Amino acid sequence: MSDATFALAGNPNSGKTTLFNALTGARQHVGNYPGVTVEKKEGLYVHDGRQLKLVDLPGTYSLTAYSLEEVAAREFLVNEKPAAVIDIVDAANLERNLYLTLQFMEMGVPVIVALNMMDVAAQRGITIDTGKLSQLLGVPVVATVARRGEGKAELLQVAERIVGNGVRPQSLTISYGEDIDLALMEMVQAIKDAGLLTDRYRARWVALKYMETDEQILALGRQTNPELSAQLEATVQKVADHLRATLDLYPEAVIADHRYGYIRSMLQQGVMAVQHDRDRLYLSDRIDKVLTNRFAGPLIMLAVIWGLYQFTFTYSEMPVAWLASFFGWLGGLAEAVIPEGLFRSLLVSGVIDGIGGVLGFVPLIMFMFLGISFLEDSGYMARMAYMLDRVFRLFGLHGSSVMAFIVSGGIAGGCAVPGIMATRTLKSPRERLATILTVPFMNCGAKLPVFALLVAAFFASHEALVMFGITLVSWVGALLVAKLLRSTVIPGEATPFVMELPPYRLPTFKGLMIHTWERTWHYIRKAGTVILGISVVLWALMTFPGAPESVQQQFESRRQAVVAAAPAAAAEIANAGETTALSSPARALREQLVAIAAQEAQAGLRYSVAGRIGTALESLSIFAGFDWRTNIALVGGFAAKEVVVSTLGTAYSLGDVDPEETTSLGDKLAAAPGWRPLTALSLIVFTMFYAPCFVSVVCIAREASWKWAAFSMVFNTALAFTLAVVVYQLGSALGF
Amino acid sequence: MTRILMRQMQDNQAGIIRTVKASGEMGRRIRDMGLVPGAEIKIRGRAPLYDPVALRVMGFTLTLRNNEADFIEVEVP
Repeated sequence: MSDATFALAGNPNSGKTTLFNALTGARQHVGNYPGVTVEKKEGLYVHDGRQLKLVDLPGTYSLTAYSLEEVAAREFLVNEKPAAVIDIVDAANLERNLYLTLQFMEMGVPVIVALNMMDVAAQRGITIDTGKLSQLLGVPVVATVARRGEGKAELLQVAERIVGNGVRPQSLTISYGEDIDLALMEMVQAIKDAGLLTDRYRARWVALKYMETDEQILALGRQTNPELSAQLEATVQKVADHLRATLDLYPEAVIADHRYGYIRSMLQQGVMAVQHDRDRLYLSDRIDKVLTNRFAGPLIMLAVIWGLYQFTFTYSEMPVAWLASFFGWLGGLAEAVIPEGLFRSLLVSGVIDGIGGVLGFVPLIMFMFLGISFLEDSGYMARMAYMLDRVFRLFGLHGSSVMAFIVSGGIAGGCAVPGIMATRTLKSPRERLATILTVPFMNCGAKLPVFALLVAAFFASHEALVMFGITLVSWVGALLVAKLLRSTVIPGEATPFVMELPPYRLPTFKGLMIHTWERTWHYIRKAGTVILGISVVLWALMTFPGAPESVQQQFESRRQAVVAAAPAAAAEIANAGETTALSSPARALREQLVAIAAQEAQAGLRYSVAGRIGTALESLSIFAGFDWRTNIALVGGFAAKEVVVSTLGTAYSLGDVDPEETTSLGDKLAAAPGWRPLTALSLIVFTMFYAPCFVSVVCIAREASWKWAAFSMVFNTALAFTLAVVVYQLGSALGF
Repeated sequence: MTRILMRQMQDNQAGIIRTVKASGEMGRRIRDMGLVPGAEIKIRGRAPLYDPVALRVMGFTLTLRNNEADFIEVEVP
């Protein structure tokens, strides 16, 4: 037997991913379906020297053209022609799960049904006759318990047999009532005669999709054969008008009714027997009585969010610090080994800091996804969305948006990078995009040093109040912008909140690990390369072209002058080891030299491209109260928001400023001309809303598109500037 | 036997779906999840802000916003 491909399909929460993990173990590969951001997972199953390739299709309830996932699944089946679809069916939820099975069979793809979670069904008093089901459906049915790996071997035997025999099971033809059936027959004939799309799809399936007004197939049909397409649409319209007049129903409603009718009649022929009352409350429902209780529910949710936050940011602190000190050490090593010059500067400030910046997020992402995977796999995430939907819907978002906002810094100190990636759990495209574009407004951990510096320097007496106000403003701002975006650039009705509340389940360790690793690796691989490039570009912006020769010479001659004035002290410094105590003249000389170096760095920055941008923008930015120094710092902040602090330090000739230790910079700012509390407030507002750091921008591009990434840079900066100007001008007018 | 909109149902009230008026994407999603005429449902409860509503159909739990439930007519005893 040669290598064959099988597609794994099924409803969300049917245990599809668990089965996929059980079959492929760690031999997985995550990519995207062509042209869309839908995740595509592939894995290999090796058995007796033969390889089966398994592709995990997105979990869906149906095969319409309404969601990217469903279209991606359809396209895959048509284009890649897998040997068969292994359809995972939740035995405890047979009726609804078979709805998807029927649609695969109507498409004409060979189907193997894996009847999963037989143990749960048995507990609920549901008995299923697999033989009978197989006979009535006309496809192989294998009972499995994916969590324990039961039925795995048998499933694969069936799969291998299909490959061996090359059997293509007959496709299913369901009766949709006289009106639709007659029209379908007529349409099928016309489609066959003209060969409309028949190289890709079954004629009956195309006819059925026309009847369901499936946008994708309609578009394809119009493109291929406009004349026939118009004729088919007219036939559909006639049936639709008739059905509207007689039954007050749309054809697609009639079709759905008949599919469920078909399933019901099949199950009543002795396939399924239920012993208990189906509405009986199981453990899961009893848990829900507490967790979604009107009063206890929100409180528990707050506790869970707080817990996730603590878990992510507390446990990732140590590895993040290790990584930071490792890259610090590496930078130090490079500085010690490589002679001073451009190459060293590029390597240390561009490459090592860049890679360090990428990898520094890795522990955060890992812990965050571990936490989120747990909430997701356990079923709690769906409850959070259920409880909060009413609030988020007001702003054109979805209940599930909450997680992204929290992680991004809804409680100050998060990070937009994992936040943007957390939107993957959101299945509604418009709401997801609005969430991606607004989570960077949250106060991430990198903005905090900027706020801390300004608040300590200018609002020391009201520190806590101002920080709380900042958090509040960012939430209100983000939600209002979401509303604005949803009513302008991302218009469209709210995606229906028809969502399953799956039974609570204890996630499997293996599942959590695979999930977490997948996302983390995805980030490293995709973001890493781009981020390194941008990091080098930013380094170049802040370095080149540098101060002109004459200016550099001025600093050099000043240096020589102070050294010449105290030759004894200079000799002492040259001979001193790192720990040697210096005499007071030597210390004085060293301070002079450091001061000159800091001024030189300031001059270099001012003459760099970033500096020139900053200076050029001064005439505009002065409306918000920013001078060229602040402008450069904000340009630097695009690399990472905490860079605003260190760049301000350089711009105020303070040499290297540690973002954690900013008292001297704060004092300097408080005393500097042009700075007053209002300036600080304006800068805080600007920092909160302006362009996301470029790591976030790259993530937005990965999760949405480069177009939206560019939009977020331009729009956010324009918004931030407008707000800052309003704050500054209004404040000035009021006499602050 | 009376027909009411799903929004008007009380917690723990049971009934049988008679019509689903929604079309387009919303209609598809509602029907895909098994909310079709003839399906027996039971209201499980409502979110803390009284919207969305959680209901039981064919042995599993589903949520729906109130304005989506307005498209569904249910026959209650």
